[in-house]
Amino acid sequence: MEKEPLFSAKNLKLLTDPLARVNPVTALVLGVCSALAVTVKLEPAVVMAISVTAVVAVSNVIMSALRSTIPNRIRIIVQLVVVSLLVILVDQILRAFAYSVSKQLSVFVGLIITNCIVMGRIEAFALGNKPLPAFIDGIGNGLGYGIILVTVSFFRELLGSGTLWGYRIIPSSFYVANGGVYENNGLVILPPMALILLGIIIWIQNYKNGRYS
Amino acid sequence: MKSLRNFLDNIKPSFEKGKRLHFLYSTFEAFESLLFVPKTVTGGGCHVRDAIDLKRIMTVMIAALTPALLFGIWNVGFQHYLSINHEVDFWSIFGYGLGKVLPMLAVSYIVGLGVEFAVAQIRGHEVNEGFLVSGILIPMIMPPDLPLWMLALATAFAVIIGKEVFGGTGMNIFNPALLARAFVFFSYPSHISGDAIWVSGLFGSGEVVDGFSGATPLARAFAGQLPFSAMEVENMFWGFIPGSVGETSTAAILLGAALLVFTGVGSGRIMLSVAAGGYLTGMLFNLIGANDYMSIPAYQHLLMGGFAFGAAFMATDPVTSSQTKAGKWIYGFLIGAMAVTIRVLNPAYPEGMMLAILFMNVFAPLIDHCVVQLHIRRRLGRAKQAVQK
Repeated sequence: MEKEPLFSAKNLKLLTDPLARVNPVTALVLGVCSALAVTVKLEPAVVMAISVTAVVAVSNVIMSALRSTIPNRIRIIVQLVVVSLLVILVDQILRAFAYSVSKQLSVFVGLIITNCIVMGRIEAFALGNKPLPAFIDGIGNGLGYGIILVTVSFFRELLGSGTLWGYRIIPSSFYVANGGVYENNGLVILPPMALILLGIIIWIQNYKNGRYS
Repeated sequence: MKSLRNFLDNIKPSFEKGKRLHFLYSTFEAFESLLFVPKTVTGGGCHVRDAIDLKRIMTVMIAALTPALLFGIWNVGFQHYLSINHEVDFWSIFGYGLGKVLPMLAVSYIVGLGVEFAVAQIRGHEVNEGFLVSGILIPMIMPPDLPLWMLALATAFAVIIGKEVFGGTGMNIFNPALLARAFVFFSYPSHISGDAIWVSGLFGSGEVVDGFSGATPLARAFAGQLPFSAMEVENMFWGFIPGSVGETSTAAILLGAALLVFTGVGSGRIMLSVAAGGYLTGMLFNLIGANDYMSIPAYQHLLMGGFAFGAAFMATDPVTSSQTKAGKWIYGFLIGAMAVTIRVLNPAYPEGMMLAILFMNVFAPLIDHCVVQLHIRRRLGRAKQAVQK
């Protein structure tokens, strides 16, 4: 059989499709809970996006490699073992090298295991495909999730705290306390506004996908 | 008048289908409806119709709101001059209030109608009258010194997220005006709670007369400075107290409520049941009587804060309230009960009316569903008995 090039049209599609058209958050509406919880600031959102990408990609590869040896009836348990192993690894690495961020993310790193995207990709893709496409699919879906997280957290941090990645964007002289007229929007910090922002992004995505035409 | 009509008739053809300006048709139609009552009525079908259409409902609502609005404008000025202890005549008081409230009204209308027109334009609908009342209601439930850009943002949020995404007037789950207030309440809490913002010109100014605190009766009750004297209770009824623009005068609100009930535009059932819910819950707290706030006479709860305003103009919103008769009693009663409970028990919110109404807005369809199902079951049972006999 002829060897398929790494970036064939098919593999490229696996990578780019989840970024927009079949984005796991906006089109499949998976992983919404964590998208609301960790998007108050940009930094934890990016860290969370990288963590999820790593877990999805690696667990996809492992499950794809094991796919013909696992009895179908116990596959969920095996998936859980693999995913929880990876999640613990990610958690430990974060604690070792990015302690402050891991404090901010608190339980949500551990809860990656319940993120529907991880199990969803294993069930829907990795169990029926070879390791390399599964890896690319995992990266694509992780990044698709990450794009939404970063977009939501960009607006939430900018409007809610006036900063981006901890750096002040809106000058402090604009604020009422310093004689200006501006105030940070407290609602944007709260989960309801994250849901509304996410809803607006889903609206735009559906519009681009032609759901309304 | 005639020349205006002729002018409109002249330019009308260029807005018709296929013509150059057709994309502006809904804007044109809105202005034509505003200037001249259109001749067209609902056609086809066999519905029962009467003279009350959306336009007339909105007009009656505006008339009902006028006493509270006028009093509110006067009270903004009155409270301001009281705080700096100036004796001035009626017109300067009213003028000061007008200078505060008119910009708020203008901002609320410009932003709200702007959004409505834009959405109607995009969707190719005709602009409807839904915002005419919300545009007055929004400034009336805000503190007088609220920065105008916050008002604009809140109005835009309420109209877009609260109404248009659900499909426009008549489809919204929440009362848009209250949603605007909730937006400000959660976004900029320092501008809509505390003691400094209910009297215009108090925020950050140094020229306040000694002993004037600017605290509303609710804030005082919350801080435990009780009981109210007979004089203070009288002031609460007539409305000589600090507060949001339109909410202070229970008397003016009662006038409006009477008009609403008389014309059948507002549901008297809901108003009564809200008052009953608040009163009975107040009595219940009297029985418990664990602190000063719990033991104030129950009727004072109906006079304080936004209770009367919410009961008369917010809870009765025909779109977001229950539709069935029994449902209206339940819906109203729970609003009143919840509002007083939040006031007395929740340490974070001195006023509970806004949250109570928004909360019950969500439950109104459920209440209706249960009422209808029970009704069906009862009648089915009766029918079965009749068959068995």
